[in-house]
Amino acid sequence: MSEALHNYLRQRQRLRPVEALPWLLGLAVFWLFPDYLAFGAQVLIMILFALSLDLLLGYAGVVTLGHAAFFGAGAYAAGMASAHLGWHEPLSALVLAGFSAGVLGFLAGLVLMRYHGLTLLMLTLATAILLQELANVNAQITGGFDGLLGIAFAPLLGRFEYDLWGSTHYLYALAVLFVMFCLLRLLVYSPFGQSLLGIRENAKRMNAIGAPVYWRLVAVYTIAAAIAGVAGGLFAQVNAFVTLDVLGFHRSGAVLIMLVLGGAGRLYGAFWGVVLYMVLEDQLARLSPEFWEFGVGLVLVLIVLFGRGGVLGLLDRVRGVGR
Amino acid sequence: MRALLFSALAVSLSLGVATGAVAKTVKVGVVMTYSGGAAEFGQQIDRGMDLYLKLHPEAFGGHEVELIKRDAKSPGGDVAKTAVQELITRERVQLLAGFVFSPNAMASAPLATQGKVPMIIMNAGTAWIPSLSPNIARVSFSMWHAAHPMGLYAKEKLGCSTAAVGYTDYPPGKDSLEAFTLGFEGAGGTVIDAIPMGSPREVPDFTPFFQRVKDAKPDCFYVFVPAGNHAAAMVKTYGDLAMRDAGIKLIGPGDVIQDTKLQAMGNEAVGMIVMGHYAADLDNAENDAFVKAWQEAYGADSTPDFMAVSGWDGMAAIAHVIKTLDGDIDADSAMQVLRGWTFNSPRGPIQIDPETRDIIHNMYVEEVVSKDGRLGVQVLDTLEQVKDPCKALQIGKCAK
Amino acid sequence: MLNALISIIFDGLAYAMILFVISVGLSVTMGLMGFVNLAHGVFAMLGGYLLVTLMQHGGLGFIPALLLAAVLIALFSLLFERFLYAPLYRASELDQVLLSIGLVLMATAAMTYLFGPSPVAVQVPDYLSGQWTLGGRVFPVYRVLMIAFGFVLALVLWLALERTLLGARIRAAVDNRRMAEAVGINVDRLFQLTFALGSGLAALGGGLAVEILGLSPTFASQYLVLFLIVVAVGGMGTIKGSFLAALLLGVIDNGGKYLWPEGGAFFIYLVTVAVLLFKPGGLFGARAA
Repeated sequence: MSEALHNYLRQRQRLRPVEALPWLLGLAVFWLFPDYLAFGAQVLIMILFALSLDLLLGYAGVVTLGHAAFFGAGAYAAGMASAHLGWHEPLSALVLAGFSAGVLGFLAGLVLMRYHGLTLLMLTLATAILLQELANVNAQITGGFDGLLGIAFAPLLGRFEYDLWGSTHYLYALAVLFVMFCLLRLLVYSPFGQSLLGIRENAKRMNAIGAPVYWRLVAVYTIAAAIAGVAGGLFAQVNAFVTLDVLGFHRSGAVLIMLVLGGAGRLYGAFWGVVLYMVLEDQLARLSPEFWEFGVGLVLVLIVLFGRGGVLGLLDRVRGVGR
Repeated sequence: MRALLFSALAVSLSLGVATGAVAKTVKVGVVMTYSGGAAEFGQQIDRGMDLYLKLHPEAFGGHEVELIKRDAKSPGGDVAKTAVQELITRERVQLLAGFVFSPNAMASAPLATQGKVPMIIMNAGTAWIPSLSPNIARVSFSMWHAAHPMGLYAKEKLGCSTAAVGYTDYPPGKDSLEAFTLGFEGAGGTVIDAIPMGSPREVPDFTPFFQRVKDAKPDCFYVFVPAGNHAAAMVKTYGDLAMRDAGIKLIGPGDVIQDTKLQAMGNEAVGMIVMGHYAADLDNAENDAFVKAWQEAYGADSTPDFMAVSGWDGMAAIAHVIKTLDGDIDADSAMQVLRGWTFNSPRGPIQIDPETRDIIHNMYVEEVVSKDGRLGVQVLDTLEQVKDPCKALQIGKCAK
Repeated sequence: MLNALISIIFDGLAYAMILFVISVGLSVTMGLMGFVNLAHGVFAMLGGYLLVTLMQHGGLGFIPALLLAAVLIALFSLLFERFLYAPLYRASELDQVLLSIGLVLMATAAMTYLFGPSPVAVQVPDYLSGQWTLGGRVFPVYRVLMIAFGFVLALVLWLALERTLLGARIRAAVDNRRMAEAVGINVDRLFQLTFALGSGLAALGGGLAVEILGLSPTFASQYLVLFLIVVAVGGMGTIKGSFLAALLLGVIDNGGKYLWPEGGAFFIYLVTVAVLLFKPGGLFGARAA
């Protein structure tokens, strides 16, 4: 029994050829759709953000409606460092963004990880809104509602300039996403990652077998916050602009929707969900700038009613039928 | 097949000879907020643009205009910027237009410079936006246009020696506060209280703010809130608290009595005095024709407002550029053509300031009156050809 | 100072009543079924639009239109319950969130299509507008009556829940669903009933709110956070909790804005965080969430 489980786990973490697919597709887009790279970069950033939420939601079972707090913290850290302190080197600025958001995540996690369910949902929501208010009150340094101007970054690695088509931004975002994804993949299949699954399934039992549940949760909250911060930092660099919007409830809700749409707790769900949602929204908004929300809402409703478990869940079931 | 191609070519050639020039199709990218809480602003501007396009096809010098519309969604800057980037690189638009929220215009400004595309701002009112790129011209207004003269007027003509200011807590509100205070205190008045009244995202219950002002008893109460839901709720609260009977005059910029909201405000709005650059009731030939055409196109119970007129004037500016440059648009020549451009707008004569590329227009002191069972405005006073005071007085970020 | 205090309490109460009327249905349905219904505000919005339509095109007076709108929306919500919500009772909360957000988006677009993006207003009858003067202070009639109505409604709901057999069943089901089913209570049927009641109340609250907050197609999402906060602070599934949470949040929000407007929206969220940190189940939570 335990050997079978062991084999199962080992098998699961082995790299499968199919896992190369998203990255090949990502590269293919670069050559096939050179006109869509600006939009593509936004999608990649959102995927990274959704991945950070997947670590929390899909692996540790922590439901939050305030994850944009960390995305925003990263965006403001990178943005303000560039606009006020002259910190223009992009890669180190990403580290700064991740670090700042991580520190914030650790502090918030110390308090928040004692709660769960609706209470946690409302607490995360309220803290994110409080952070947004704080940024609004301190508009002289954050730029407030109108946004932080004067963000500029030096060429990537000192060599690659940012062009109007967004090709540098796209490859940059793809590379950052790849590195972060590899780290995440290592993490979720490590003993630490497996203990998170245990917490998700049954926190009481994990406590009973002596796992420090609270500290594990604080740790995962910190890591997820840091990754969200990197995504935010990337967002600030690609847009050269940050407004209060990055901290908004809207963004927290949107990333949650995209992740659930793709299927939480399976890493690649973030890819499917974000691509599906953002491309759908983009195309519908082109078709009808006024009423696209109807189509997006309809798709959400249909997917929930007929395709439980997100896109990947649907694929699983189709495969199950075939077997 | 080949014969068909040749004959098509021949037809188009002969047409070209006939009109004396080859008709070109000019692509204009329009980025506005078409969904969400501010969707009505996008709609008003959109209708203004379409109406001009429909009624004045001759103004484009025989060229066609293709509008490519994109929803900027939230005021977050990122969606608008991505849309602009895509419009420039993929759709290869020759002009950009629209921009409801200031942050969306600000985020996109560098692209107008980098992509060398002229950008016509049709709403976004933060004062220094035209300074962000040499390729921006603004046909709408600056927040300072209304607030600063209103400050002077309140002290000098309305006889208020103390005033309280209530504003929605975001940059246009803060601009409005700063401009009003500068005008009012410059003329010798005192601002006794300045109250931030919540965010632009949702309409608050205005009562606590207004009650606070009522208890402080200023002569004038200057209010800036975003046009739309906020304005109607605000005037209702003023009436509910019987503030007029307490001797407090309600004043503000023209935004707060947006024509589309005026009828819903009820009699509480009567007597309110605002400084605005447009009202559907303005009495001039252009406006009469404009309002008439509007109601024929969009229904008798619809009305244009200051956003709609920006769309109309913006389209006129675009027509001017296209016609003068004969359809070959580049940013430098477009700006050259727009500098000093004058036009008889429904809001009165307007001009693009040759130096700042910002709008110069008349400001009207308007009082809300009740006539024939409906609300309207009466112009008490006209300030001719007002330049943006922020840039004229070189204040803060407006200083060069 | 006394003046200020009176204003704060009076205006706070009026605001609180809107929060209460709309949120109470959400609280009961969430407590009963554990269904995370983020689309609750949609029923409030539909109530508002129906009220306006019935008055403008149906020629009804304000109060008949308000009541009719509430009843119609309550019936209409049963369709939602049967075809959209019921399949998801045993699904995860996340699927419920996805479904209800989808409904919010669809409702927003549909209302934009039907009524245009601009806000609509309602013309309240003369006997509801104007002011009453008492001790040198003016009190808007609409708000006075709304406070009175809110208190009466809270009392009626409380009595119904505490003193009737139906109420006892609802309470039993909220406390322990399985046990209630075991003793023969048809919880599904019970839920249908409360769902319709809750949606009807939301529509009523939405109709009442038009005069104070205005109404536009984004109503359902704009105030969503506020309704959720009332439910969380009050505790799910209790009428007393929702009522006191609405009072607390309404008065504190007003007081904060009157005395320290620069603090903006801080107060309501600070209170929320403070309450939840110390009482995770809310003030009167039937159970810790």
